Amino acid sequence: MTTQIPRRPWLQRWHVKPIGWTLIILILLVASSRMTGVDVGMFFSNLGQFTDLLVRMSRPAWDYLPIILHPLYETIQMAILGTTIGAAFAVPFAVLAASNLVHNRWLRGIIRLILDLVRTLPDLLLAAIFVAIFGIGSTAGVVTLAIFSFGMVSKLFYEVIETIDMGPLEALESVGANKLTIIWYAVLPQIMNQFVSYFLYTLEINVRASTVLGYLGAGGIGVFLQRSLNEFNYSQTSVIILATLVVVMVIDGISNHLRRVLL
Amino acid sequence: MDKTPIISFKNVNKVYANGTVGLKNINFEIPQGEFLVVVGLSGAGKSTLLRTINRMHEITSGEIRVEGESIKPYKGRSLRLLRRKIGMIFQNFNLVKRSSVAKNVLSGRVSYYPTWKSILGLFSTTDKQKAVQALQRVSLAEKLYARADELSGGQQQRVAIARTLMQDPKIILADEPIASLDPLTTKTVMDILKRLNQEDGITVIVNLHSVALAREYADRIVGLRAGEVVYDEPIAAVTEADLNRVYQTV
Ligand SMILES: Nc1ncnc2c1ncn2[C@@H]1O[C@H](COP(=O)(O)OP(=O)(O)OP(=O)(O)O)[C@@H](O)[C@H]1O
Ligand SMILES: [Mg+2]
Repeated sequence: MTTQIPRRPWLQRWHVKPIGWTLIILILLVASSRMTGVDVGMFFSNLGQFTDLLVRMSRPAWDYLPIILHPLYETIQMAILGTTIGAAFAVPFAVLAASNLVHNRWLRGIIRLILDLVRTLPDLLLAAIFVAIFGIGSTAGVVTLAIFSFGMVSKLFYEVIETIDMGPLEALESVGANKLTIIWYAVLPQIMNQFVSYFLYTLEINVRASTVLGYLGAGGIGVFLQRSLNEFNYSQTSVIILATLVVVMVIDGISNHLRRVLL
Repeated sequence: MDKTPIISFKNVNKVYANGTVGLKNINFEIPQGEFLVVVGLSGAGKSTLLRTINRMHEITSGEIRVEGESIKPYKGRSLRLLRRKIGMIFQNFNLVKRSSVAKNVLSGRVSYYPTWKSILGLFSTTDKQKAVQALQRVSLAEKLYARADELSGGQQQRVAIARTLMQDPKIILADEPIASLDPLTTKTVMDILKRLNQEDGITVIVNLHSVALAREYADRIVGLRAGEVVYDEPIAAVTEADLNRVYQTV
């Protein structure tokens, strides 16, 4: 006797849902490019200029390298400092925003609202504000990066906290430990390696971001990037880009290594 | 010996927020030093009953007394002091898997220290020795520096017992401590609990699914069904036929 397989409902048989969604997304794409005036054709017709730029950048002026070493170093310092400060502030906020640790919906809501607000502020706007406050230099850069990292890291952190095993927390509660001790003994060990890996990820983003911030006078390698671009000195630009790439790759390597060791 | 019961339930009811009846009119007393086993079908309310004793669950009405004192008014520090004298063992062990055995065991002692000392890990030499002794009692002293997740289930449960011993508990609550263990490890863990009961005079309350185990270890068996006590006999009076009543579905 053969088993009768129940017939699929027609909705599933004709893949109504996936086809529907694909159509809707296509329509939205076309509509939004119409409305915003994005000309896709122009992108392809002007591709020639882009290759021209690439050709000019393909001859890095290596003698420029010693000059940018110091600002590059400054950029790394800015990124490390900014990320560290941001991440340090992010930890308590992440704890307060995690739904499995804070049952008070109001408190959690307010904390999340603050975090959403911070994340909404564009980093370029922050940089412009802090350059105005602290003057041109790396202080403005560090503060900008700290706030930017805070917004990003706290969200990543609380999402990690929400996935932890609650068993050890229950055990420590039954031991008679208070909230802070519970977090220290039962929460932090569970999230530490993910924290470290997100920290390094943010650091990597910040190294790249700080090159852009330099444009607004927030210190570091970005100042030199801007100068080379203004002077159409693309052979210098490519040295800066390559040097930044090396830094990002090194951070990535450290990150991978630490993840292996910590896991 | 002291005649006042170490734990007493008086007209205790518990209704969960969603309307589920957890406990219904519970009345019984547990004398100091007893090895009590609670049996019942899944969903009968065994875990609920256990967790009301250290106030991990709140009751809806009635009164629970521990060492003659109502536990209802406790909050903050006094609640933590209540929990300190009541050890708890879980089905899933609830160790911090990424931490060392030593750190897990010492975490059972944190309620004897101010927060800043626990956080900095400033435990006294006496307490560090105590941790080693606790591990010796569960025959795991050589695993002191191992990470908790390197241990087998049975070993993890023994570490959890060592953690509880650090509290110097007067009562140990064990919620299906052997549900995820094989028969041999089951015996090891149950034997340890029995020894703590007999040698240290710790009152032990264990939830079990297995009637055979209950009969082997208990001084007294309490049966729950749908949140009610439907059976309560000292081990000498327990018969198989009677016990089966607990497992009737109607
Ligand atoms: N947080 C909760 N909210 C609502 N109902 C709950 C909650 N926890 C338990 N219950 C219900 O209370 C009843 C008793 O649950 P309890 O966990 O105490 O049973 P148990 O005897 O320990 O079962 P098991 O042997 O499966 O562990 C069950 O009907 C359960 O569904
Ligand atoms: Mg249970």
